Amino acid sequence: MTTFGLDTFGDVTHDASGTPLSHAQTIRDLVDQGVLADQVGLDFFGIGEHHTADMPLSAADVVLAAIAARTSSIHLGSAVTVLSSDDPVRVFQRFSTLNALSDGRAEIILGRGSSVDSFPLFGYDLADYEDLFEEKTHLFAELLKGGPVTWQGKTRAALHEQDVVPHTEPFPTWIGVGGSPQSVVRAASYGFSLMLAIIGGHPGRFAPFSELYKHALEKFGHEPQPIGIHSPGHVAPTDEQAREEFWPHYLDVIGRLGKTRGFATPTPESYAHEVGPHGALFVGSPETVAQKMARTMKKLDASRFDLKYGIGGLSHDSLLRTIELYGTRVVPRVRELLD
Amino acid sequence: MKIAVLGAGHVGPVLARLALGAGHEVAIAGSGDPSRIEMIVGFLAPGAKALTAADAVADADLVVLAIPWHRFSSLEPGAFAGKVVVDAMNHWPPSAEPLGTSEQVAARLAGADVVKSLNHVAYQDMEPAAGRAVGVAGDSPGAVEVVASFLRDIGFDPVPVGPLAAGRLLEPGSPLFGVAARRQEFETHTKEQS
Repeated sequence: MTTFGLDTFGDVTHDASGTPLSHAQTIRDLVDQGVLADQVGLDFFGIGEHHTADMPLSAADVVLAAIAARTSSIHLGSAVTVLSSDDPVRVFQRFSTLNALSDGRAEIILGRGSSVDSFPLFGYDLADYEDLFEEKTHLFAELLKGGPVTWQGKTRAALHEQDVVPHTEPFPTWIGVGGSPQSVVRAASYGFSLMLAIIGGHPGRFAPFSELYKHALEKFGHEPQPIGIHSPGHVAPTDEQAREEFWPHYLDVIGRLGKTRGFATPTPESYAHEVGPHGALFVGSPETVAQKMARTMKKLDASRFDLKYGIGGLSHDSLLRTIELYGTRVVPRVRELLD
Repeated sequence: MKIAVLGAGHVGPVLARLALGAGHEVAIAGSGDPSRIEMIVGFLAPGAKALTAADAVADADLVVLAIPWHRFSSLEPGAFAGKVVVDAMNHWPPSAEPLGTSEQVAARLAGADVVKSLNHVAYQDMEPAAGRAVGVAGDSPGAVEVVASFLRDIGFDPVPVGPLAAGRLLEPGSPLFGVAARRQEFETHTKEQS
């Protein structure tokens, strides 16, 4: 089954005059965005955990619960949950509660976190980045099995025959992978689904990751699992309009992030490349975005695509338009192209 | 040349592919038993051998350090004597000001010729290298030339920025870090700082 979703990091939106809205208003608007995503027939709405003034969505599951109360079909999840700096038991409890509230519509995408603001905030050392994720993923996998859990590790108190509530049906669990092959193998070893976060460069270069994942799933004795793609984008009636609207905000946000993370500050040339057929930005008219999505999904053997919409500085109205065009024009066209 | 890539994470397999493409013989080592990375190497850098770090380094003409900085202290330094070693690592999270890793690498890997390079390019911007300018800093002119020649082979445009201590010009916080700068910009910035 092919499914389509939207992801957001809850970037602070601006009003028509370019003034940033409050965190509270941004969060309330986000609920309306999730409700619209359901109304236009999308399969998934995900919120990525962040802890910065630009992206204040530190308690995504609370927002997801509000969306759950106003929707009936759409699946709701994280994109991602930074498991490394959280307690797997708490995360399991919150998403099990969301699963109960939404009548089985919870999904979770676990990640090590490419933005690492949560590490100092919660008192974790980045030097433990890998060990934290490895251990906590293991505990999370044990919790998902249901029933009493016995577990021991270095990163939290041991559990012995512990009943963890609420009891609920298992929900889909993904591992978000940015480019680490070890993370691909880890996802396969647990039989979790694979979400490839492709935020720059040629998406086609991830094809060996899909092959590695499928091979590793088989080797670990698991059934085939979905491969998904998470990539940033913006949809408008025409290519020109979409590109012009997105560019100043992309330059601002990525320019600042790149300085610390080592990716290049965008230039008009690099932007033209990223929005073109060989780049990772799904920015354009519904037809342009649909063609690129279909090509990329085929190339990576993916059955799920989550468009990460919204970037700091766009308006709520502009985001609603992207959601509507994505649900009503882009996704039906991608389905046609994939048939 | 025989290239040893230490690190099978984001960067290692990309550099291994570039080196294989240029006709070099490549070994990749992760931390610990090579069987742990055999599958990764088989799919992401087919043609490279998965070895232990010690075995990979022993045979190599050029060693690339593409491991997380906090893992560096776990490397056994003895095997590196007499080797040309590329330090592609960074402090992470970035320190408040550019703070060299390479002098610490050189101090620990006594007898190796350490050259700082590639650390300022994100892995997704490496392939294809497309003639992108990369800074090269080292104290041994011979080693700098070996590294520069390798970098040209795999598609980069290597630009000498000075002795090993000048590797700080390439670290997070520097205007050259994470920027698609051209040769001219590297040269201008290097001149301004010297």
